Amino acid sequence: MTDAYKREELLICLVARLLAGVRYVAIGALSPIPGAAALLTQAISHDRVRVSFLHGRHNQFTDGGRELFDAAAQGRIDAFFLGGVQIDGQANINLVGPGPYPKTTRRFSGSFGSALIYYVVPRVILFREEHSPRTLVKQVDFISAPGVSPPAVYRPGGPTALVTNLAHFSFDRSRARFRLASVHPDHAAAEVRDQTGFDFDCPSEVLTTPAPEPDRLALLRGPIAERMAELYPEFHARVFAAA
Amino acid sequence: MSAELKTVSIEDLISEISDGCLLGITNELGGVSMAATRALIRRGVRDLRLFCLPTSSLQADLLIGAGCVAEIDTSAVTLNEFGLAPRFVSAVQEGTITVHDSTCPAMHAMLQAAEKGVPFMPLRGLIGSDILRHRPDWKVIDNPFAAGGDPIVLLPAVAPDIALMHAPMADRDGNIYIGRRREMATLAHAAKRVLFTVERIHSGSLFDDEALATGALSGLYVHAIAEAPRGAWPLVLGGEYETDSLHMHRYVQMAATPEGFAAYLNAFVFNHAAAAE
Repeated sequence: MTDAYKREELLICLVARLLAGVRYVAIGALSPIPGAAALLTQAISHDRVRVSFLHGRHNQFTDGGRELFDAAAQGRIDAFFLGGVQIDGQANINLVGPGPYPKTTRRFSGSFGSALIYYVVPRVILFREEHSPRTLVKQVDFISAPGVSPPAVYRPGGPTALVTNLAHFSFDRSRARFRLASVHPDHAAAEVRDQTGFDFDCPSEVLTTPAPEPDRLALLRGPIAERMAELYPEFHARVFAAA
Repeated sequence: MSAELKTVSIEDLISEISDGCLLGITNELGGVSMAATRALIRRGVRDLRLFCLPTSSLQADLLIGAGCVAEIDTSAVTLNEFGLAPRFVSAVQEGTITVHDSTCPAMHAMLQAAEKGVPFMPLRGLIGSDILRHRPDWKVIDNPFAAGGDPIVLLPAVAPDIALMHAPMADRDGNIYIGRRREMATLAHAAKRVLFTVERIHSGSLFDDEALATGALSGLYVHAIAEAPRGAWPLVLGGEYETDSLHMHRYVQMAATPEGFAAYLNAFVFNHAAAAE
């Protein structure tokens, strides 16, 4: 990795490209990189993009915790980020834990709102920094929410991409299959193959994830870093404050 | 309408919560009565069935670690930025509690059915998930208003035996200020009995001031109130105080082992004076 920018900044600018065209994006409490990417998207759009942070006093919901889910179910939210203890090749996500349910070998928090959000938000970006055979698996041990559904099931939304520390995949819903879209600088397609537990499509010529655009990096380190200090203080201290 | 609100002690407040109670609680985006939670542990309540709107953090972890919980219906238990909930994780892996894994909007919807007095609420999503597969009490029907071929999940109404929450203030008539955290109203409307701890008593009526009235829960739904200044500590109470991060870090360290957790209970739950109340 070059010294010109940090790994987090590369990911933020990549995710911001994946958000192009959205009007309304909602962001969870433990998602600083998607959060920064949403703020960057908002800045580029001259504030036409609306961003709701679900945590903290500045969220704009006034009808309690259900408002986000009601808005999502109505199709008002264009993009959302989900992760997973495990993600498999059909984009099924497991937020409960690996191993046989219910005891699991390591229990995690739970499925949160994924079992609705994943179906109804048109552009769900899977974001999981750890890229390893234990996180990207052939088949998840518990389906918190499935990657695709049979045609009869009401499903206007679903996954469009997967972003990790190594690479960016696009997801083809009709084939229920990931395709390697780009590999981050200083990594190689072979490494991605080694570290991925599921099979995926790979173009003959693999692109490298573009470096952050200079104007976006400037926005990120300026006004967006300021807002990140309040929204995600620990992330801000680690990524922006030391610079 | 009395000149002064009759409050009860925290011990009297929780005396209604008996072993096996289906207890409705919110996460800290609403108000969590940690003061009453510690009192429940001191009293030694057993076999609680927690219904979390829609998740829980330290409250569930403490109750589970102290052996007070038989079952939990929730979409997550997590200490959020402080990490996984150590006693919850341990209890699930050892099989000492039963978890009914859910999803956030389902927790809201089951209470919404109860507050409307209808037997069920439909919800999109869920079909094809293992959440639904492990929920024999949730049904899939064909949408009767469509021409056919539109499966949708029905969730049963849930009316918790008791809802336990914490809020900034109660007024002299027993109305509670909950602000914009309307899920507290949903839970109160759905539950059979509603218990509140509050930071303080407001001398007038919340309904005298339109700005306060918009954030009020009518006393119609409230059965008992205890005063508990800093009663959500060490969790946040919106508009009042922030999470005690130092304490939460300390909890995470201590609760990593059963011995450390026992020491935590001794220091901050059984030793009444050490806790904020």
